[in-house]
Amino acid sequence: MARAQSPRRRLIATLAAWGVALTIFFPVLWMILTSFKTEASAVAMPPQLFTADWTLENYAEVWQRSDYPRFFWNSVFISIGSTLLGLAIAIPAAWSMAFVPGRRTKDLLMWMLSTKMMPAVAVLIPLYLVFQRIGLFDTRLGLILALMLMNLPIIIWMLYTYFKEIPAEILEAARMDGANLWNEIVYVLTPMALPGIASTMLLNIILAWNEAFWTITLTTTKAAPLSAFIASFSAPQGLFYAKLSAASAMAILPILILGWFSQKQLVRGLTFGAVK
Amino acid sequence: MSTQSTRLAARLMVAPSVIVLFIWMIVPLAMTLYFSFRLYRLLTPDRTGWVGFNNYLWFFNAPDFWLALFNTLALVGGVLVITVILGVLIALLIDQPVKGQGMLRILVISPFFVMPPVAASIWENLFMHPQNGLFSALARGFGMQPILFLEDYPLWSVIGIVSWEWLPFATLIFLTALQSLSSEQLEAAEMDGATPVNRFRYIILPHLTRAITVVILIQTIFLLGIFGEIFTTTQGGPGSASTTLPYMIFKQAIVAKDIGRAAAGGIIAVILANIVAYFLMRGIGRHLDN
Repeated sequence: MARAQSPRRRLIATLAAWGVALTIFFPVLWMILTSFKTEASAVAMPPQLFTADWTLENYAEVWQRSDYPRFFWNSVFISIGSTLLGLAIAIPAAWSMAFVPGRRTKDLLMWMLSTKMMPAVAVLIPLYLVFQRIGLFDTRLGLILALMLMNLPIIIWMLYTYFKEIPAEILEAARMDGANLWNEIVYVLTPMALPGIASTMLLNIILAWNEAFWTITLTTTKAAPLSAFIASFSAPQGLFYAKLSAASAMAILPILILGWFSQKQLVRGLTFGAVK
Repeated sequence: MSTQSTRLAARLMVAPSVIVLFIWMIVPLAMTLYFSFRLYRLLTPDRTGWVGFNNYLWFFNAPDFWLALFNTLALVGGVLVITVILGVLIALLIDQPVKGQGMLRILVISPFFVMPPVAASIWENLFMHPQNGLFSALARGFGMQPILFLEDYPLWSVIGIVSWEWLPFATLIFLTALQSLSSEQLEAAEMDGATPVNRFRYIILPHLTRAITVVILIQTIFLLGIFGEIFTTTQGGPGSASTTLPYMIFKQAIVAKDIGRAAAGGIIAVILANIVAYFLMRGIGRHLDN
């Protein structure tokens, strides 16, 4: 709702908006600045916004820790793996619910969403015990399965709302031209659905990367991703501010950048198309 | 238009999702229900048996439980109030014709992409730390005693951290909703002499109703399960001052290794979530139909 305004009011609005935005962003900025300081200047009093002794040492040191790269790659495998597996199961389901809806499709969708409302703690105990029994505890595969199932309702809902927007007339036209189900999916639907699938994928990688319940409860060391690592890193040895900041920065930067690119899709994705 | 075989294929394609979701939720839930009536401690695995409602009674008699219940609702409610009110205000501010709106959106949305342990650890160490935090430096700069955030105000501190994470989400959704509001309507109201407050009250707020409903629904789903922030900062303490229901159950299961009690807590959490969900689903169900 852009409206004409006097230059003076416009200047005030601009300054206020930037002030608020920078305040919200400041903790992230402060963490990134701290990650380039030496440990001494990181805790210097009074705090310094910029220091003369910039260093990349913290990043090098964190990365050379014997285990940091393992946490990092665990995060990569688990978030991408769970998203791809989720898409493989969700795409056929969302496709058929969008294009061949039955009487109960709406109820089914609501049921799927309602499983998201189930508190994770309610199924923690069986999962914890079963995972230990069948050897999935503290494995990447176990976490891929858990996070895939956790996000599956969201994946299905997002895809469903995207597929819903593909006009059914196009399918009818393809059928008239003699396309069978397989051709319909490969040559007609997939190209039209790709943008929706891509943003669903992006958003779910973000959700899986940042997940911090199953990753903490279902791992110890071997399969622990960055979220579990940072959660246990911070507590007692809190004085390594610069290194903690560098470890944190590496944990969030890949996702922050992905997030910036997908923020337009974020709104309709996470609201299941209710707000566009 | 669809043939019999298309319908059959469609059902087959939905089946895997339904089956895995069913196994993921219903089977563990049944197991939790079963454990909740059993004596089952991992530290003394030989002693087992039925204990009726004892595990539930333990919860209801534990003073921690009522505190945890209160904390859970205070956390969800507090964060919802803060993010919705501030979110609307910030969205209104950014929605004005300001310079660099794209960059502003990127700055504002950023905290949403920060994983909970990192968000919690930034606030805990770089800001709230009594010796080295930025807040304590500020307090000393003004000649005051640093506030011991996580010791003296643990629940408020957690509410603050979680609000920082979710404010971007609310703001972005409200901003998106505002941008679909027609400016003609507002201009007409302005010419008819409507005050800014009245324009907000009678035009902007009704337009945002749907967005606010959606924000409340989605955030509640995620907020009821808040865990990583508490685990990273206060560990539910001091005492049980910042223990929520999920965190209390986690402590029973993983720390005390009392599976029976933790399971009873899980069932109580499900009942609580269902009560909350009942009201929410009615809200969003209405919006989804149109």
